[in-house]
Amino acid sequence: MSDRWIGKSVKRVEDFRLLTGRGTYIDDHPPVANVHQAAIVRSRYAHGRILRYDVSKALAAEGVVAVITGEDVAKETKPFGVGVTAPVHYYCAATDKVRFVGEPVAVVVARDRYLAEDAAELVDVEIEPLPVVIDVEKALEPGAPVLHEKVGTNLAGHRRLVYGDPDRAFREAEVVLRERFRFPKYGSTPIETYGIIARWELDGVCTVWSNFMGPFIMHPLTARVLGLPENKLRFIVPPDIGGSFGIKSSIYPYIALIALAAKHAGVPVKWIEDRREHLLASSSGTDRVAYREVAAMKDGTVLGMRYKWLDNVGGYIRSPEPGCSFRPTGNFVGPYNFQHLEVDASVVMTNKSLTGPNRGYACGHLYFETEGMMDRLAAKLGLDPVEIRRRNLLQPDQFPYRTPTGGYYDSGDYPAALDKAVRIAKYDDLRREQAKARAEGRWVGIGVALAVDPSVSNMGYVATALDPQFRAKPEYLPKSGAVDSATVKVDPLGRVTAILGTTPQGQGHQTIVAQIVADELGLTPDDVTVVDEMDTFTRVWSISSGTYSSRFGSVGTSAVALAARKLRAKLVEYAAHLMERPASDVEFRDGAVRPRTGKGPSYSVKDLAGRAHWNTESLPDGMEPGLQATAVFGFTVAKAVDAEDRVNSSNTYGFIAEVMAVEVDRQTAAIKILKYVTVHDAGTIINPMIAEGQIYGGALHGLGGALYEELKYDDDGQLLTGTFMDYLVPTASEAPAEIEIDHVVSPSPLTPLGSKGLGESSSMTVPAVIANAVSDALVPLGLRITELPMTPSGLWELIRSAQRRP
Amino acid sequence: MADVRLTVNGVPREGRCEPRKLLVDFLREDLELTGTHVGCEHGICGACTVLVNGEAARACLMLAVQADGAEITTVEGLMKDGKLHPLQEAFREHHGLQCGFCTPGMLLTALDLLRTNPAPSEDEVREGLSAVLCRCTGYHGIVKAVRAAAATLAPPR
Amino acid sequence: MKPPKFEYHAPSTLDEVIALLVRYDGDAKVLAGGQSLVPLLNFRLARPAALVDLNRIKSLAYIQEHDGHVRFGAMTRQRTIEFSPVVARRLPLLREATRWVGHLPIRSRGTIGGSIAHADPSAEYPAVLTALGGEVVARGPKGERTLPPADLFETYLTTTLAADEVLTEVRLPAMPEGAGWAFEEFARRRGDFAIVGVAAAVWRDGSRVTARLATAGVGPVPTRLRACEEIVERDGLTDAAIDAAARRASELVEPDADIHASADYRRHLAGVLTARALTRARETARG
Repeated sequence: MSDRWIGKSVKRVEDFRLLTGRGTYIDDHPPVANVHQAAIVRSRYAHGRILRYDVSKALAAEGVVAVITGEDVAKETKPFGVGVTAPVHYYCAATDKVRFVGEPVAVVVARDRYLAEDAAELVDVEIEPLPVVIDVEKALEPGAPVLHEKVGTNLAGHRRLVYGDPDRAFREAEVVLRERFRFPKYGSTPIETYGIIARWELDGVCTVWSNFMGPFIMHPLTARVLGLPENKLRFIVPPDIGGSFGIKSSIYPYIALIALAAKHAGVPVKWIEDRREHLLASSSGTDRVAYREVAAMKDGTVLGMRYKWLDNVGGYIRSPEPGCSFRPTGNFVGPYNFQHLEVDASVVMTNKSLTGPNRGYACGHLYFETEGMMDRLAAKLGLDPVEIRRRNLLQPDQFPYRTPTGGYYDSGDYPAALDKAVRIAKYDDLRREQAKARAEGRWVGIGVALAVDPSVSNMGYVATALDPQFRAKPEYLPKSGAVDSATVKVDPLGRVTAILGTTPQGQGHQTIVAQIVADELGLTPDDVTVVDEMDTFTRVWSISSGTYSSRFGSVGTSAVALAARKLRAKLVEYAAHLMERPASDVEFRDGAVRPRTGKGPSYSVKDLAGRAHWNTESLPDGMEPGLQATAVFGFTVAKAVDAEDRVNSSNTYGFIAEVMAVEVDRQTAAIKILKYVTVHDAGTIINPMIAEGQIYGGALHGLGGALYEELKYDDDGQLLTGTFMDYLVPTASEAPAEIEIDHVVSPSPLTPLGSKGLGESSSMTVPAVIANAVSDALVPLGLRITELPMTPSGLWELIRSAQRRP
Repeated sequence: MADVRLTVNGVPREGRCEPRKLLVDFLREDLELTGTHVGCEHGICGACTVLVNGEAARACLMLAVQADGAEITTVEGLMKDGKLHPLQEAFREHHGLQCGFCTPGMLLTALDLLRTNPAPSEDEVREGLSAVLCRCTGYHGIVKAVRAAAATLAPPR
Repeated sequence: MKPPKFEYHAPSTLDEVIALLVRYDGDAKVLAGGQSLVPLLNFRLARPAALVDLNRIKSLAYIQEHDGHVRFGAMTRQRTIEFSPVVARRLPLLREATRWVGHLPIRSRGTIGGSIAHADPSAEYPAVLTALGGEVVARGPKGERTLPPADLFETYLTTTLAADEVLTEVRLPAMPEGAGWAFEEFARRRGDFAIVGVAAAVWRDGSRVTARLATAGVGPVPTRLRACEEIVERDGLTDAAIDAAARRASELVEPDADIHASADYRRHLAGVLTARALTRARETARG
């Protein structure tokens, strides 16, 4: 086989349907007979006690078939399990109190959405307002309003994690620096909002169609909430999802709510979230206050760090939170060599909307702080920002590398990637141009940021949130794993179908799987049909299944490759039998099974398929009929968190090195990107076009959070950015025009193809690199960025106060 | 209730709806043309953009009754004789889409842009496309695709 | 986000429009391009008993040159204005400002009358109307009246038009041959309403300089910067005069803060953009 499909920018199979308006998204779903539409009544108060419901007017309104309220929710469902031991009772709608603006309090089901919204306005929920707290630090002050009386405090969870001997590192340090950072609350706001159709079958099965992306651990959680055995709850995900970026993992409470509404209504119920609802109450990353300390020697060697985090998870703690603090446990130290670390993580509840995974889950926060500290240290020691990083980077001979926090970095060449970024950016020239610009009085800055890019979370990381004493109890069941599966089958004419249980949201899984299978079976991608409609009744899946945490490029592709190889082995064995040779004498080459040496007949896949399907007598004794193989791939490095809080929180670890140059307009304080270079190491790249698409998109998510997007609240807990006129998603005019992307390839030894994930990519580095670049531009003013987003008005105020300082 | 008679993608269609029904809902629900997507319902995201009498417009900011007598083009109408429109081809060639949800609005906005400005500069393409929000691509492939399509569609000199 | 129920009327004459407005006695809303009203309906922030749609009144869409003025029927689309040769020749400032109005798909529907009657102080057209000293024609049951912008704009999103009046025409004085112009705008994203916008036009008649300046986004109504105009009219379009006018602009405006910008920042931008607008207007001016 001369040509390989892996590594080629094969055009996407998905594009024909999506370009012609023939996609099937949840709202396009073929009509379910007699489907009715839901509208959700939401709290206008950020905090209050529910006194009374009156649904009589709504029930009497035109076209209405049912109204359910928090009373029904409390009676007929259970609260969702949460990731902490604090007794937070999180139901799919408010039951006793409301705790954020937009929290569901009732659902109206009517003939169509217009009528449902009319009736929703008639639902009368009397709420006694209570004092509000939205700030994480204020929420922990004595006397602050307490959201959950049973918890008694707004602290949902707290862990102090110690690795190595940080106290000693700080004692022995020649330089210690401290800083306080604030990271904003923002979400990726996919253009397609949440959508659900729920239908109860007569046999007691509840079928739910939704654009849920996983993790499928939420399936058993939701079944428990609804009081259903797991095999009576069927999740089906349509073939097309209009973006997610982590946000749609948090749709699951609505699945329970709409299922309950459908049960009451006695008809199938559809709910499509509108944009107002999405901004008010879907999901976002946390806003965080961070206190950072670094201990270093004068030569720039970092000895250790201390992180103190206050993560704002909003009115409840919704799983998989507190992943906001712990998802990066294994890569807390990033790409650096230091061994001593203390992490003091508080997860705080306030009267804001709920949080969850958002592209880069917790890593944007982590690297904004760490990379900011590296620049401060460089400045303190008079070192160049690139040089200080070089002095602390892990070296190629250290891989595979066990981090002090339990991470297992599978492969990498960090110095090579950094060098490449520096070379492409012409870093020295940039510095010269900067000096010239500065002499002219212009504010030009250069930023550098590095990140270890973790992919495929190990479910076990979530238990880091629990005390080791709790985890040591005999009744505690340890958790670990990162598993996915695939089936590959050959039809009688030799064409191949690959069946996945993934939930792509634009990542081109069909295209990539066709490339992999084509290579493994000596075919072309056109010969391979890929089906990836997730259905929990028919697909082989695990509780870690789903398309999240940059999973597919690493674990999904592995399952596909292994399934194809299994099938290929069977074809070889069968052909050897037909050739009357031992299997060791034949091989699969150029799309056919051939003798290894010498002449003799060869058997193409098509040939073998026809014979095997039409004449089972031709199979060797003991061979199972049928040409299909299912493989389940699981990482063996995914282990439960240990007694010292070490955990390999992800399974493959890529690397990102970025350089950005910016200019801050002296008059308007607007930030202009002059140059942006991003170098990635995600192991083997299967489709460079698709991989780079992920990087372009990830970078703009990072830029959105750094400059434009924020879910901003007033002191009463009212959302101030509740429309797309105020929640500013960057447009083509704001996106950087010139992005230079390059790669370093360190194949993963843990995956059959050497690939790693890169779906989150530069979303986690751009906040850091642009903050560092802007800080560098403002060196003449003695300013450093500690808060995002950097709005023109905010930056101008900051500059003005610096200029007024004596 | 009001009758709405209009031409969609060259085909006469009709329906009956409340005056308050938005054009985008009418296209999707009454005419079962689900290629036009709903993203924000307040005119910012542009996913619902269609051509009304040849000009790009937000289908979430028009009432269906206002389209009575109009000629509408939706994404379903771009392909001719089983072949992708050159603009669609360019989107495929340059990875101008990922999840595809904004794509119908992007295509129709770009088509209108190229009709009013057949040889736009990169800045003009970006300005024109700023009418539609995309969260997947960073706009990179979309801008490339529209510039490439401009070259293909330009009348021969 | 679906509109509440309303009665819908699409009359074909202005008389019917006014009769309907009288009949609903304040409970009806006039629907022009719909680019601001329909979002308000979808959010259910507007709940009129009836909509009176002007889109079927063909006679309300025109651009006519008349007596040193250009007259626009209220239903003239912003898109039509953008591509109008008359506007390009006589009102290049309006043409440039139009490019800042939302996006092309918004301008396909949005109208000049709708934009001005909506009275968003961050919008471009009210600022141009104010800068050029145009006027609008309103018609009600008692007949027609014309209003200069100072008499039209009352405060945020509020005009002095009565509930039974409808804006029918916008009149702008044609800019003299050789006039220079610029519309400078600062927004956080392309196509958004301005944080601050400045409309400028300048022309010379012999040694005499005439300047027209107005702002968007710095207060409840668009502001004509007469004192700044006087500086350049007195001192000419020198760098020093432009700087002085810009400083004066910052003093003159009374902006409010919102989530996108502080009042001080807006005040500062008013100066920055005044200088940029005057400088660019000077470059485009001939004679």
